[in-house]
Amino acid sequence: MSEATSILESQFRDLEQQREVASLGMWIFLMTELLLFGALFTAYTVYRLSYPVAFASGSRDLEAGIGAINTAVLICSSLGMALAVYGAQTGKRKRLLIGLILAIILGTLFMVLKGVEYYHHYQHREFPGLSFDYSRPRAREEQVFFFLYFAMTGVHAIHLTIGILLVAVIFVKAYRRAYSAIYYTPVELSGLYWHFVDIVWIFLFPLLYLIDVHR
Amino acid sequence: MTEKIISEKAYYIIFVLLLILTLTTYEGAQVDLGRWNTPLGLAIAVCKAALIVLYFMHARFSSWLTWVIISAGLFWLGILLVLTMSDYLTRIRGW
Repeated sequence: MSEATSILESQFRDLEQQREVASLGMWIFLMTELLLFGALFTAYTVYRLSYPVAFASGSRDLEAGIGAINTAVLICSSLGMALAVYGAQTGKRKRLLIGLILAIILGTLFMVLKGVEYYHHYQHREFPGLSFDYSRPRAREEQVFFFLYFAMTGVHAIHLTIGILLVAVIFVKAYRRAYSAIYYTPVELSGLYWHFVDIVWIFLFPLLYLIDVHR
Repeated sequence: MTEKIISEKAYYIIFVLLLILTLTTYEGAQVDLGRWNTPLGLAIAVCKAALIVLYFMHARFSSWLTWVIISAGLFWLGILLVLTMSDYLTRIRGW
């Protein structure tokens, strides 16, 4: 019990309250992240309604197959984080470590696939600012689509990278037995962050990759 | 520890549901549903997000204060979209 009392900080009534307050703090932060991505999604909405044809043709140039695989990759990584938190909660060390490793590996796989996509965009001259084919029909409007694509997936990728680094740190600490069923707050908060990044992608995928892709 | 712990089995079930919904999104986009393609894709995305928030993020078993914070964020997003789009969608070109 002395372990529990050393974790409990003096301003909290008990460990349960301390845990809940930490969770609330992360939720509030995630809502500010909703502000960030919300603004990008709103810009997307405005321009998609303004240039529907250009957005559809731009979307068809994206590789929906890779996008779909990436969606599945992130969902698997979220399962990993959920199992990691479960492992921490129940004292199951293997679940905890394997779940965290799964998240790291799959998150990295997502970044690799994204990098491949970005390279293809550069090769096919779909990269505004770096290499863009301005002679294509509706180039002026399509560049808006591609700008938003890179802005939204880019900001998402930055968040995912931060998440991977965060979970890597948590993994090292978990390996060194820093967490137990009594104290696993950092694992839980990392999980919340990771799931949020997954949710953002779940909306990015259909909105960017699947506009009028049916032939 | 008064916090309810979601079973491992539940996580696997939600995981399978998420993969099924992802497949549905992808296949649904291959079918021509006219102007309903995007609403369908968004509706499925909302379902997936709800599953993740409720179960993976434990919101289903969280305090009411957590619900207040989530609702506040979503409400804010609603205001952003509704007010912004009501501006753009009521602009008449050529004036």
